Amino acid sequence: MKTETTAKLRFDFKKAGRQFLTNNAVTIMFVVLSVAGFQMSGMNETLYLSDIISRISRNSFLVLSLIIPVLAGMGLNFSIVLGAMAAQTVIIFVSHWGITGFPGILLCILLATPLAAGLGYLTGKLFNKTKGQEMITGLILGFFAAGWYQFFFLQIVGSKLLPMDNPVLVLGAGVGIRTTVDLSNGLKYGLDNVFRLPLTTVVISVCVLGLGYQIFRFLKSSRARADLVRLAGGGVLTLMPVVWAIVVMSGTTLVKNIQVPMGTWLAILGLCGFIAFFSKTKIGQDMRSVGQDRHVAAVSGIQVDQVRVTAIVLSTVLASWGHIIFLQNMGAFSTYGSHEQVGLYSIAAILIGGATVTKATIGQALLGVFLFHTLFIVSPAAGRELFGDAQIGEYFRVFVAYGVIGATLALHAWKHLMQSRQRLEEL
Amino acid sequence: MRKHMTSFIQSFGLARLIILGFFLFLCASAIMFKLDFAELLSSSLVRIGMNGVLVLAMVPAISSGIGPNFGVSLGILTGLVGALIAIELRLNGYMAFVGAILFSLPFAAIVGYGYGWLLNRVKGSEMMLATFVGFSAVSVMKIGWLLLPFKSPEMAWPIGRGVRVTIALDNRQLSQLLNNTWSFNIGSVVIPTGLLLFFLLCCGAVWLFMRSKTGAAMYAAGDNPRFAEAAGINVDKHRMIGTMVSTILGAVGIIVYAQGFGFLQLYEGPMFMPFVAVAAILIGGASVKRASIAHVLIGTFLFQAILVVAMPVANVFTADMASMAEISRIIIQNGIIIYALTQTGGE
Repeated sequence: MKTETTAKLRFDFKKAGRQFLTNNAVTIMFVVLSVAGFQMSGMNETLYLSDIISRISRNSFLVLSLIIPVLAGMGLNFSIVLGAMAAQTVIIFVSHWGITGFPGILLCILLATPLAAGLGYLTGKLFNKTKGQEMITGLILGFFAAGWYQFFFLQIVGSKLLPMDNPVLVLGAGVGIRTTVDLSNGLKYGLDNVFRLPLTTVVISVCVLGLGYQIFRFLKSSRARADLVRLAGGGVLTLMPVVWAIVVMSGTTLVKNIQVPMGTWLAILGLCGFIAFFSKTKIGQDMRSVGQDRHVAAVSGIQVDQVRVTAIVLSTVLASWGHIIFLQNMGAFSTYGSHEQVGLYSIAAILIGGATVTKATIGQALLGVFLFHTLFIVSPAAGRELFGDAQIGEYFRVFVAYGVIGATLALHAWKHLMQSRQRLEEL
Repeated sequence: MRKHMTSFIQSFGLARLIILGFFLFLCASAIMFKLDFAELLSSSLVRIGMNGVLVLAMVPAISSGIGPNFGVSLGILTGLVGALIAIELRLNGYMAFVGAILFSLPFAAIVGYGYGWLLNRVKGSEMMLATFVGFSAVSVMKIGWLLLPFKSPEMAWPIGRGVRVTIALDNRQLSQLLNNTWSFNIGSVVIPTGLLLFFLLCCGAVWLFMRSKTGAAMYAAGDNPRFAEAAGINVDKHRMIGTMVSTILGAVGIIVYAQGFGFLQLYEGPMFMPFVAVAAILIGGASVKRASIAHVLIGTFLFQAILVVAMPVANVFTADMASMAEISRIIIQNGIIIYALTQTGGE
């Protein structure tokens, strides 16, 4: 009897392990790739840490803006590119007016919101006409909108229709915006520089807050032995980063000079809170039911089309904010190119974090940003070490972005097909 | 009368009407500004012949039910590999052209087979998947172009590794090969006989294929899969045949294109080529579920003629003519694809 139960237990353990592996195959693969790439690149850890922190703070908001449409069953929103275009449009004008720093960022957000909302509304309407093909429509819509964007900034701005007298921004001929817009004397670090803290301080305060929360939960719980064990485990886990931070602070490495842009991190934290809160509201719940089954949702009285438009409007507006955050950190952008890669790289990031076409969480988004950018940082150096050619590493990381999207879409479509076939057979 | 008009607009499609109107507007402006019509017509003919086969590659794909082949870049890549082999072997002229096609065929067939297998597993999201398979393949081949062992000094970088970004076909007498074959003038309009003949030959071959027993079965499989299955047609197999034929036509198409252009464009080159071909056949009146040779001919002519005429006309209106012509291409191309998606979208 006893042997039987242990055998059963072991079997369950194996099964659970296998399930964990298959469900998280993409993420695990990228953890392995990132660690291996980091080892091979022989990179300096200070450089890596400061780079990854600025990349995470730059990109997280954008990636988080993808979550809401997934909730509504509309897949990965390739049309966040339109939000990015709205952001760039506003930034160009705010730079022209010469408003700088944090007030400039606030003005950008104020102006980008209605613009992105309008674009999102139109996108949502379009998606309602192409149900089931939202992703390809979004992708092509991004290209289409880029055409109008180019038309506006190359042919209209600076012409008689919309004069702009600004030799820094406008091309020599007087019509059209230059191919790169420099923000270094304007909006650069407008949000990042609101206040900064050393990385070590941030690590310690986050750990202390986390530990405090755990103790609070323990005190509120039934104080059973299991809870105590969990508290002790959590305590040990949170102590490790604290010890690391203290060692770094007392050491002489440059790591202790790394600063965290708190303005941006608080914005990201706020968005995480908003998404968590939003999915519990009435409209969030409606979105969930629309995402699960449009027809059932319609029968139970939900305005399906309206909910879908709302999801896209929210996502586009958030993406425009995210792109403002992205560009104020970059400090310069390519007028006719920056928006193009936004959709691709953000979607690749969230998928690497383990999201699928039908499920995406805040954790997956943040983990994905971390892994994707780690790979981005280490690939060229790893390529140089492995093949003697950094170019190969650069091509590899672009392939990864396309490949991971292709592979996830294929797996998802295949599973979907199998499920519908199974359902047919059951009938 | 009014009812008649609206039903005509609906069947023809508002987007196509706008594009046709734009074309007529361009032609009228060209006449008004006294642009050289013969030259415009000559270059339109060349561009039609160059792009035609790539557009033709959409017909078997759409007919077999996988939809517009956004992944025709796979065929384009195999065509480029074939051309590189022909150059590496120092073939010349017609030998190089035929050689390039023959070398690319086995690759195209194998790749098309695998691609068709994949598309059979993702029914319902073929377009999205095809796009990303194409993108992934192009980016993987960027690494491939660096690592493939081509040694000919015509294409290898003198230092470092890999093949060049663009490879001139002049040295192999391949540049403009078909364009100049039997070409003659009517007035001052140059007729690129060889090029147009080759394009029409390919059209004829596909036309015949679509009327063969396999072609008919393929058409049935694409038109109504459930009905075809019930009638004893192996739908998956015929979808794969359609995909393979489309991939092979893509390989041939890029070789025809490259000889007209005078260069092979590697690396980023094939990335967005499928969109041009998809847009052309949609402009010609095809939908994502139905396409014919006539759509290829009309669409290629209309799209390429617009692009040819837009450039000098834009020159009159704006200082920055190159960007204006490129902008109208982007807007027309993606606009027609979105339009086609809305026509068949929804479940």
